Amino acid sequence: MTNALALARSAFVGFLTLAVTLTGLLLATFVIGRVMPIDPVVAAVGDKASAETYAAAREALGLDKPIWVQFGRYVEGVGRGDLGKSTVSGRPIVEDIGRAFPATIELATLAIVVGTLIGVPLGVYAAHRRNRRADHVIRFVSLIGYSTPIFWLGLIALLIFYAKLGWVSGPGRIATVYRYTVEVWSGFLLIDTLRSGNLDAFRSALSHLVLPATLLGYVSLAYIARMTRGFMIEELGKEYVTTARIKGASEARVLWGHALPNVMVPLVTVIALSFGHLLEGAVLTETVFAWPGIGLYITSGLFAADMPAVLGGTLVVGICFVALNKLAELLYPLLDPRTRAS
Amino acid sequence: MKTMIASLTAALLAFGLGAGAGAGAIAQTPKTVLIVAKNIDDIVSLDPAQAYEFTGGEIVSNLYSRLLQIDPEDIAKIVPELAESWTVSADGRSIVFKLRAGTKFQSGNPVRPEDIVFSFKRVVALKRPPSFILGQLGWNADTIDQMVRKTGDLEVTVGIGPNLSPAFALNALAARPGVIVDQVTAMKNAVGEDLGNAWLSKNSAGTGPYALKSWRPNEVVVLEANPNHFAGVPKTPQIVINHVIEPTAQRLMLERGDIDIARNLGPDQIDAVKDKPGLRVETKPGATLHFLSFNVKHEKLRNPALWEAMRYLIDYDGIADRLMRGQFKVHQAFWPAGFAGAVTDRPYKLDVAKAKDILAKGGVPSGLAIDVDIINSAPFPEIAQSMQSTFAQAGIKLNLLPATSAQVITRYRARSHEAMLLYWGPDFMDPHSNAKAFAYNTDNSDGNYQSTTTWRNSYMPPANVSKMTMDALAERDAEKRLQLYRDLQLHVLKESPWATTFQAQWQYALRSNVKGFIHGPFADYIRYHKVVKE
Repeated sequence: MTNALALARSAFVGFLTLAVTLTGLLLATFVIGRVMPIDPVVAAVGDKASAETYAAAREALGLDKPIWVQFGRYVEGVGRGDLGKSTVSGRPIVEDIGRAFPATIELATLAIVVGTLIGVPLGVYAAHRRNRRADHVIRFVSLIGYSTPIFWLGLIALLIFYAKLGWVSGPGRIATVYRYTVEVWSGFLLIDTLRSGNLDAFRSALSHLVLPATLLGYVSLAYIARMTRGFMIEELGKEYVTTARIKGASEARVLWGHALPNVMVPLVTVIALSFGHLLEGAVLTETVFAWPGIGLYITSGLFAADMPAVLGGTLVVGICFVALNKLAELLYPLLDPRTRAS
Repeated sequence: MKTMIASLTAALLAFGLGAGAGAGAIAQTPKTVLIVAKNIDDIVSLDPAQAYEFTGGEIVSNLYSRLLQIDPEDIAKIVPELAESWTVSADGRSIVFKLRAGTKFQSGNPVRPEDIVFSFKRVVALKRPPSFILGQLGWNADTIDQMVRKTGDLEVTVGIGPNLSPAFALNALAARPGVIVDQVTAMKNAVGEDLGNAWLSKNSAGTGPYALKSWRPNEVVVLEANPNHFAGVPKTPQIVINHVIEPTAQRLMLERGDIDIARNLGPDQIDAVKDKPGLRVETKPGATLHFLSFNVKHEKLRNPALWEAMRYLIDYDGIADRLMRGQFKVHQAFWPAGFAGAVTDRPYKLDVAKAKDILAKGGVPSGLAIDVDIINSAPFPEIAQSMQSTFAQAGIKLNLLPATSAQVITRYRARSHEAMLLYWGPDFMDPHSNAKAFAYNTDNSDGNYQSTTTWRNSYMPPANVSKMTMDALAERDAEKRLQLYRDLQLHVLKESPWATTFQAQWQYALRSNVKGFIHGPFADYIRYHKVVKE
């Protein structure tokens, strides 16, 4: 009974935290959207619209109401699962996001897999070879990924691997010839093409995905490798590591069997944050690779003063951020027994 | 450790190479499909009563037909489309259109006079941005029933408001909101009072050479040949317009053979592809004019000597030849070259000494500082920086205020700018479209919003100039009318608080086997129906 009560209390607190976080996120985005020096009505009706058309659109968009009324109505709609309609196109936001979000998830997921699979071993190895040549090389490679504009990297990668070498496909998600041969079921083209049994289409989708995913993976790799290195250096300085070495444990066992498991808790948080960042921060990659994802959707909405689009996109990304953090928290007890008691 | 890293590397290489296996097979486009790369993020709706953006206009013009149209291949001519012929009444207040017999919509429904009446009424009733073009004919909710009527089995009569030249009316009807929609299909899909607006935003119901197969925002537009098109089925059955924003990506896709036409190439990309075998570059005159304007609401910008000096402080040839390299042509009057009635005089060139002399004689204080609003994307920053440099030579400091297009337009509409570096495109192909913008303003009050260059720069042209604009609008003699517009352009060229500087040129690159692509001066005249891939 006590356990059930504690569980219920924990769920309630979790729900409350989620609600407060998302409401705060929406409020901040809403206020920023309203103080931006862009007239959303002009964005909706064009600069040549007559005063009559302008006034009618302003009223239709509800922009003649006080800002707190506008916000209240929006939140009320969100509570019903209605994210509103685009002020520019009139399309339902849910429909737009339903199309854009799978594209981003597909890209970001593959990117984080690449980033983690390479970044963690590199970070571990750099810590192991601290201040030696391999460490310097890994830190330099990470620094490049961290500091080089991804827009430029994307264009250079396209030039080399697509235009010159022809190893991968170019911008877009799939070749035009397959565009209508695959039934859209999940919105994830790798899944949809496999489900349809069209292996050529699957290879085309994979071939389009590999370059932007690797590029984004490289950027997250840079972050993950640096953080892993930092965590590992701290861990390798602890007494239990020295004890293990004295007892004759191999260096690989010390690194992978002892030290790495002890940094998994902060590392999982880093990976989760990195994944969250990829969900909303891939706009430049999406621009270069003509990838119709959520980052591009939010940015286009921002430039067009299409606040329902911006708010809807931000909300979805915010929910993912919160969910990823929660997932990381749920993993802590599995990764570190010391956290189970709390 | 080393084994693990080696395994990872091998796995990633396998992943990359496995994916790469799909790359080679797609570097070709089928002959039955034309694949275009273009930035299509400006599409708001594909309903012709609503679409008012460049790409939307282009798509709509390939999906629908008008009663008559400006010939995209010869813009000096008006040619029939769904109308077989038309007759202007003796008093010039109405036009009778005889419809072409046997024409069908993409649905197979016949084109009836009722569809023409419905289409025009629909534009007026929906009150979307394009509606003002038909509204200029005196059509509104109160008058439309009288103004547009079925007068025979294949005949429609449209009324024209007072003091309007029939030539103006024909040009307005040849514009985008003059396209004809299938009433039966639109109303079958109508929701509430929307007259099919929501459905037509992403579907088509026209008589054009193509029908809309699919529009995925920020992704792709696909057109499919309309088997019922009255002028014959297009030779290329499918047009795919892929959303590709980045010009360099467009260039690489064209070079690789993944697309047939790259539509948004900048000067650097054009230079890179113009001599490549298998590709060709085409340059066509556009209708967009660029200008630098002063908002005369500000006392310091009211001196006509400053306006005149401005015209000598712009390096027209340097910007056109060295910065824009073929994408701009110097043009200084308000009606674009190539259009009937255009003035192509270009009396101004960079002459700093002369500008200094004018400023000194005009009593313009030295060290004048002016804030200039500019859009923060190419080509505006480059042009603005050139102007900043040449104005500085005459002691005028231009402070550049870059912002997004929406921010700049918001400030322009509110008349809160000092100076503005911007562009203007005619709404339809009649000189009144630009004359009203650059030579007419009779009420400069803040409450009387007008989307004209005059009002938005708080400028009242002399009363006789505004009157001449309205006289030209009403003039029924074609040659006299064009002469009035020439006179207006010459006046504005010399006396106005802005300098028209350049006329945009469309530059795009195609694969050499693509023939028959028509690119007129603006979006309504971009057509795919004659495209063949040899």
